[in-house]
Amino acid sequence: MCGTLESNDLLVKVEPRNELEVVISSVVMRQFGVRIRQVVDETLQRMEVTHGLFVIEDKGALDCTIQARVQTAVMRASECEELDWSVL
Amino acid sequence: MKKPRRSMLFIPGSNAAMLSTAFVYRPDSIMFDLEDAVSLRAKDSARMLVYHALQLPMYREMETVVRINPLDTPFGHKDLEAAVRGGAEIIRLPKTDCAEDVLRLEREVEGIEKECGRKAGSTRLMAAIESASGVVNALSIATSTPRMDSIALAGFDYVVDMQTQRGDGMELFYARCAVLHAARAAKIDAFDVVFSDVNDDEGFLKEVNLIKRLGFNGKSLINPRQIELLHQAYMPSEEEVAKAKRIVEAALEAERAGHGVVSLNGKMVDAPVVLSARRILDLARSSRASAY
Repeated sequence: MCGTLESNDLLVKVEPRNELEVVISSVVMRQFGVRIRQVVDETLQRMEVTHGLFVIEDKGALDCTIQARVQTAVMRASECEELDWSVL
Repeated sequence: MKKPRRSMLFIPGSNAAMLSTAFVYRPDSIMFDLEDAVSLRAKDSARMLVYHALQLPMYREMETVVRINPLDTPFGHKDLEAAVRGGAEIIRLPKTDCAEDVLRLEREVEGIEKECGRKAGSTRLMAAIESASGVVNALSIATSTPRMDSIALAGFDYVVDMQTQRGDGMELFYARCAVLHAARAAKIDAFDVVFSDVNDDEGFLKEVNLIKRLGFNGKSLINPRQIELLHQAYMPSEEEVAKAKRIVEAALEAERAGHGVVSLNGKMVDAPVVLSARRILDLARSSRASAY
């Protein structure tokens, strides 16, 4: 898990799954839902994430905050200590 | 013209909302904090937030500083990776006790710059002095490497180390003078401690006037509402500007006429007075050009 439910932030929860599934809810879903999904998908692809359930509650975060929270959630879930900066 | 560096605003690296909006306050420098303002369990997420925030276009237009955790903690080197790769202009090293602390930081910064393709030497360094040892070694710290950009006094740890507590400022008097002299001897900038009572404007301005008179470039701040107060206090008065203009015009006139001596109203004006007048005009111009 990573993030908060405060304004301009998001909460990312990760659970084990055999396939990759992403569930997104957002206070700005109607205006920016497509963009949020795009940022999440691209972030997961760059980190070569192929499985897991990602439940994302967005409170109007900027793209960079979404990237940071998703990346941290992936690292925590995979218990990865060393970061490959080239994939960020 | 050198940009003023009066205000250095601390932003907790773990606070996504503040990272997203802090640029609107227009401090002279913005400092993303990965150290004391971030809890142990949020160190990793704060590091990632700061790495990405540094690349926002609005932060590319202002001076960015990252305060990392000390290098002898499990977080220090990782923070440094994020800050240097993210493009921070300056790394603030907390708890700097001696020149070797800075040299170790420099070696690690050099390695990261090479790895990520950042121009060698482009990351500048700021040492935060927070102990009696740091104050005693201030000059060797300030002159330790050409990358040194500035030194900052940090009051809370320092007064604990000195076995005293914050009061009317007397407890910081020696440290302020020592750090400031070291900075000036090394030709780098100096920043004063934070003033933590954000509701005490009178006390804040009293401290600002003291450190301005001592010669500090500016102050570390923890609340955006202190920025305007600080900038206004550093703004030269109309009388100071008018007097400085007369002195500089007299100096230019003497130069045009080939006179070695500058005189104004029949009195000789020494070279340091002309230099001081030029600085006042620079500060007035750059203050008007910045947010306040």
